[in-house]
Formats: sequence, structure tokens, C-alpha cells
Amino acid sequence: MSSSTDRGGSFVSVAHGVAWRNLHNHFSHPMYYIPSLVFPLLFFTAFTGALGALTDLPGFEFEAGYEGFQYVFVLIQSAAFGGVFTGFAIARDFETGFARRLLLAAPNRQGIIAGYALAALGRWVFTALVVTGVAFAAGMTMPGGVGVAGLYALALLVNGAGILFASGVAMRMRTVQAGPLMQTPVFLALFLAPVYVPLAVLDGWIETVARFNPFTAFLEAGRGFLVGRPTTVGLAFGLAVALLVLFGWWAHRGLRSAESAG
Amino acid sequence: MSGRHGIEVVELVREFPKGPRAVDGIDLHVAPGEIYGFLGPNGAGKSTTVLVLTTLLPLTSGSARVAGYDVATQGRYVRAEIGAALQEAALDPLLSAREHMRLQTTLHGLSRSDRKVRGEELLERVGLVEAADRRVGGYSGGMKRRLDLALALVHRPSILFLDEPTTGLDPQSRTALWDEVARLTREDGVTVFLTTQYLEEADALADRVGIIDRGRIVAEGTPQALKDEIGRPSVEIVPAQDGDHEALAAVLSRFGESVPALSQSVAVRLRGGESELAEVVRALDGAGISVSQLRLHAPTLDDVFLEKTGRSLEGAGSEHGGDESAG
Amino acid sequence: MREFVRQVAVLGRRSIMRTLRQPASIVPSLLFPLILLAVNTGGLRGATNLEGFPTDSFLDFALGFAFLQGAVFATVNSGTDLARDIQTGFMNRLALTPVRGVALIFGQLAGVAVLALLQAVVFLGAGLAAGASVRAGVSGALVILILSFLVSVAFAGAGALLAVRTGSGEAIQGLFPLVFATLFLSSMNMPRNLIDADWFRVIATINPVSYLIEGIRSLILEGWNVEALALGFGVVFVILVVGIGGAVLALRSRLARV
Repeated sequence: MSSSTDRGGSFVSVAHGVAWRNLHNHFSHPMYYIPSLVFPLLFFTAFTGALGALTDLPGFEFEAGYEGFQYVFVLIQSAAFGGVFTGFAIARDFETGFARRLLLAAPNRQGIIAGYALAALGRWVFTALVVTGVAFAAGMTMPGGVGVAGLYALALLVNGAGILFASGVAMRMRTVQAGPLMQTPVFLALFLAPVYVPLAVLDGWIETVARFNPFTAFLEAGRGFLVGRPTTVGLAFGLAVALLVLFGWWAHRGLRSAESAG
Repeated sequence: MSGRHGIEVVELVREFPKGPRAVDGIDLHVAPGEIYGFLGPNGAGKSTTVLVLTTLLPLTSGSARVAGYDVATQGRYVRAEIGAALQEAALDPLLSAREHMRLQTTLHGLSRSDRKVRGEELLERVGLVEAADRRVGGYSGGMKRRLDLALALVHRPSILFLDEPTTGLDPQSRTALWDEVARLTREDGVTVFLTTQYLEEADALADRVGIIDRGRIVAEGTPQALKDEIGRPSVEIVPAQDGDHEALAAVLSRFGESVPALSQSVAVRLRGGESELAEVVRALDGAGISVSQLRLHAPTLDDVFLEKTGRSLEGAGSEHGGDESAG
Repeated sequence: MREFVRQVAVLGRRSIMRTLRQPASIVPSLLFPLILLAVNTGGLRGATNLEGFPTDSFLDFALGFAFLQGAVFATVNSGTDLARDIQTGFMNRLALTPVRGVALIFGQLAGVAVLALLQAVVFLGAGLAAGASVRAGVSGALVILILSFLVSVAFAGAGALLAVRTGSGEAIQGLFPLVFATLFLSSMNMPRNLIDADWFRVIATINPVSYLIEGIRSLILEGWNVEALALGFGVVFVILVVGIGGAVLALRSRLARV
């Protein structure tokens, strides 16, 4: 009994320590937190500013306006990229040797991943707050009311999946040069979804790709929550949980790989 | 011109904006063909002095002439006469040693035929012929330093500046570099201005040593003359029983002033020199203090530093907290 | 003069070798603009149905942007390389030789210039292979190559200026989002006359990047539009002069050689 309590205690304390240190580093270096803020804000500004005319296209109907349409995209994008930036932090820690110190010192190594994940969550919550504030300032409305909580729950799961995916890559490669390997697949998956117009308005090869892209379900469901017309909810949450399980296994194997590399 | 001139520095000051006075009115005279060791802790002002003398940093006041040229107004002529290997071997990890040579010889304006001959000659001299086509990124610290030195010699400079050339090297690489520097002076008559924080380096290599602390030169002379100036050896004694520590200190204080020592021992600089050692032993015997270890230390450059600054050279840099990288 | 040419040549050789020996910096600069071109062409195809859109092929419309995105990589690459030289002290080594500041900057840009040429050929080739056509013909395609090459070199000059001013590779990398933002806040995805939001149209109009894209785009969509080309070349020359001139001056003051 006592040993299981100890294990639980050490898991919490390791996770707490790692999370504190990462959040502290993140918010004390503009170089780290600015990119995670700039990209969603930039996408939001550039897309809503330049592409508002797309709502005139036949078949494009969205009650929350183009601001709301793009808000869902940047929220999901920032959640996924929050995970990627955490992968960068892990890779940087391996390069500087700090990760080895953690592996040596931490009584519970699963707690290390949990710590990084908590930090990533904290960072994303900050980004999401800023993005939401900007979207409201730009005139976004939320016809869906409290139902929009579903959007945040979904984004949270995407954030978790992103962290587990990127940390799995980081712990296998153990170098910041692995950055593109974390960034590119997430970037591609995001932009091969209905970013600018709804799925129904897409055509050609991208429509085919988008149909099989899990991010399409996340965006469609998220946009449904925002306007109070839930769509593809079960599929989106099912896919998010499946990705969490898959990448959880991927990250766990990554940790084993890092441990065996010494 | 260079054949008759070394380095002449008068009241040199370098102040950083909003920063410390890194060099605070130093005078230097380095004769042609001499190896001058500039010794001091981190942040003492060694690198700033080198940057000013190599024309890479403007001086704030005072004057400095290198190879007969004014560093403030005749930088181009100074640079033609000097070679420099600055702190941290500044090499491109993606280029090979031979490619570095090609770049350096071309920028120095050597003719096409000279470039190849000179490059190979220098690679041979520093023992890098076999590794010459490998990228420098994979070199050891010692190989990088040797290449750095070879690159500094491309245009046959009459004066060579070496800024902490052996920091971070293993003893074998360090000795190899010392041999090469000594050979340069002996065979080619090159004047060497060498900064170091290693006492043994200054002691082994330098004809004369200047000790710098907080931007000021606190002592200068040949290593032997500086040590002779201190003149007296010190004796360090470890009592057999810990309880005798205070009694031991009381007895030894009669023979000279105390100097820093390990925590379990007591050390004093012998007022009467080595001949007083027998007297010390008799006094300890008389006081009933048995001795576990007794060591007699000849004066070192660290003693000189201690005498002049009141601090030991080791660790003095952190106390000062200056910025050696900035100067 | 001969000495100057020799200095530029040997420094340029080094810069080109560095570039070619870092595939990690070449591949993304070729790949990312093509990926973005592909996803935007697919995702924004519907925009061609808007009334007044200048073409029915979004690929033709978007192709110009790929060249600009390639130029952003040029900025970051050249800035990072130069900043690394400053950080490692390599610049001091060069400064102790009789090399001139202008030669240092020109030489440094040679690697970027080679990459820029490669990018321009690849982007144009990929665009044509995917079905794009250049209304201005073969000579127009040649002008596209020239203009996009100049844009990359001009941006690289600006990167060099930032590198010399900051002396930090990390600062250059940190500026990447800012440079990227400048691209996005232009007419890259929509002709200026079809931009709904007034504030965005104003930003896109004062953003010089719009004129660079529109210069290239005019050759693809319209043929020979003298005004668009004059604006494109005019803007690129201003950036060239400010970037490279500024970098040379900044280098002179950083080296503080006398």
C-alpha cells in the first residue's frame, strides 16, 4: 500500500517539477512564447481579413461569420501546435543534457511526460485565451452558447494528442534538428482539412484527402459546437481518443528508447 | 618596420558603454622576438587588451603601437603585420582545413602559386596533413587550436596574438602547442603576445610576464624575477592531531605571515627563508606538537598574484565578475 | 578591383559550399513553398468563383507567392549563417585579413543567390508541370526567374542586416514569424480589389510584399503589365539597397576596424 502511495506521490511531484520548470522557461523567454501566439493570431488576422469574401460562395453558410469559422481553425491549430512546441522543448532538453539529468533524478519517469504535458496544457490555455479575446474583439459571435464547451474539450484532446506525438518524436531523435519531423506532419494534416471553406464547398483532390483527414472531423464538429448545430461529434471525439491512445503508446515507446540510449 | 618594433602601449583605457572599465590605464612594452605572457583571472581585461591591440575594438584613451603602427589610426598596416588566434578557435565546422587555408591565403592576397605552397607548408607544420580534407566540425579541440594557429600564420606575421590558446586542451595537446609557439619565436623571430590564466603556461613559455587584475597591470617582469621579488618560500604543516591546529598556528606565526592553505593545515611565508626550517621544527617539538605532513613551497606566480592583489589567482575571476567575452 | 573580385569569389565559394553542405536548410526551403502552394490551390479553388476574380485557375494566381515564401527562407538562412559567424568569432578572423566589408556581405550572399536560383527554377517548373501557364511567354518566365532571384537576394540582404545588427542567430530565428506575417498580410491569397475588410485592404496596399507578388503574378495572369512590373522591380531595388547597404554599414560599425 505504502509503496503504491509512494509511486503515486513521486509521479505527482515529478510531473509538478517538470511542468513548473517548463512553464517558467516558456513565459520568461519571449523567443519561446511569441511564436506560439503569433501563428494563430497571424492566421486569424490574415484569413479573416483577406478571405471574408469566401462567405459569398454558394453553399457557404455559417451563422458565426467568417471570424467564427476561422476561430475554430486557429483554436484547433494552436492546440495541435502547442504539442509540437513541447516536442521542441523536450528535444532541446536532450541536446543540452538536461533530459538526462531528469531521467537520472526522477523516481517516476512517466511523470516526466506528464510534466511536459501539463506545461503544454498551461501554455495552450494561455494562447487560447488570447486568441479568444482577439476573436471576440474582431466581432465573433457564439450562437451555440454553452455548447461551445464541446469545442474546448475537443481542442484539449487534440492538444494532448499533439504533445504525445511530438514528445514521441523528440525522445527518439533527441535533437532539435528533429523539429521539421514534428512540425511538418501536423502542419500538413491541418492544412489538408477544410481550412478556408466548409467541406461541402471543397472539390477536387483536396476534398478527397480532407474526407479521410481526422482534422476535418475536428473542425466540422468544432464549428458545429460554435453555432449550436452539433455535427460529427461522435466521430470527432472517437478519433481524438483513438489518436490519444495511439500517440500515448508512441510516446511511451519513445521514453523507453530514450532510456535505453542512456 | 616590424623587424625593429614590438608592442608599445601607454596608458591604454577601454571602457564599455554602461559597462566596466575593462582596461584601466595599462602600459606595456614587448620587445621584438619576445614571448610576453599576459596572466590574469577571467574578466581581468586580457581579451579586451588583445582585441584593442589587434584593431578589433577601438580604444577609449591612451595609445598603442603594434609593429610600429598606431592601432587607432593605422589599423590596416597593423593587421598586415599581425596574426591572431582568438579565444575559442573561430573555425567553420562545414569547411575542411584545406578549404580554410584556401580562404585565408586568398583573403590575405597571396598569389595563386604561393597559396597552395604556403597552405600545405603550414598544414604540415601543425601536423594536419592527413586530416586536411576532413570537415573541421569533427576535429578534436587540439586539432582545432593547431589549425587556428596555422591560419594565423598564413601571411607570415611578425607579431602573433594568442588569446588563451590552450584553454580546455588536454595536457598533451597543450605541450604540443607550447612547443610550436616556442619554435616560432626561436626559428622565425616572431613576437608572441600570449594571454593565459594558467600559471604553468606563463612560467614555461613566457620570457616576461605581465599580471593583470581588474584592468590594471599589478606586476611585470621575467617569471623568475617576479618570484624572486616574493623571494621567500612558505612552509605548510598538517598537525597529527586536529586539536593542535590553533597551537600550530600560534607557533608558526612567530616565523612569518600566514598564507592561505587547505583547511586542515597551516601555512606561513618564512621571514628568514629556507634556513629557518630547522628552527620551525625545533619550535614545534618544544611545543609538543607532532606533525603529520610538512611541505616547503618555492614561490610561484600565484604567490606573486596573491602578494600583489591579496587574492589567489584561482577563483579571482568569479570575485571580479567581469565580462571576459566582451573584453 | 581585381583583389575585390577575388575576395568576393573566395567568400562566395565558401558560402555556396556551406549552403550545399546543409541539406537541412535547402530541403525545407524548396518543399514548404510547394506544399503551401498545393494546399492553398486545393483549399481556395472556390475563390475563383467569386465575381471579379482575375483567373479561373487558383494555381496560376497563387504561384507567385511560392517565390516570396522561398525568399523568406533566404532571409533566415543568410541571417543565421552570418550571425553564426559573428557568434563563433569567425567574423573576427575575416576582419583581421585585408578583406573589405562589401566583399564580406557580397560573398555571404552568394550561397543564398545559388539557392534562390534553384528555388526559382524548381517553383516555376513545378507550377508549369501542375498545369500553370505564363501569359507573358518564355521571355516572361525568364523575367519571373530574374525578379524572384532579385527578391531572394534582397531579402537575404535584409537578413544580413538584421544579423549584423543583432549578432544572434536566435534573434534571427525569432524574427521568422514576423517576416512570415508580412507575407500573409498582403494580397497573397486574394486580389486587393476583392478583399472585403477595409483595414486589411489598407494593410495589403501599404505592404511592399503585395507589389512583389503582383509583379510576378502579372506576368502569369496578364502578360506584360508595365505598371505592375515597374512597381515590383522598384520595390525590390529599394529592399536591395536598404538591405545590402545597411548590412555593409552595420558591418563597418560592428567590426569597428580602424
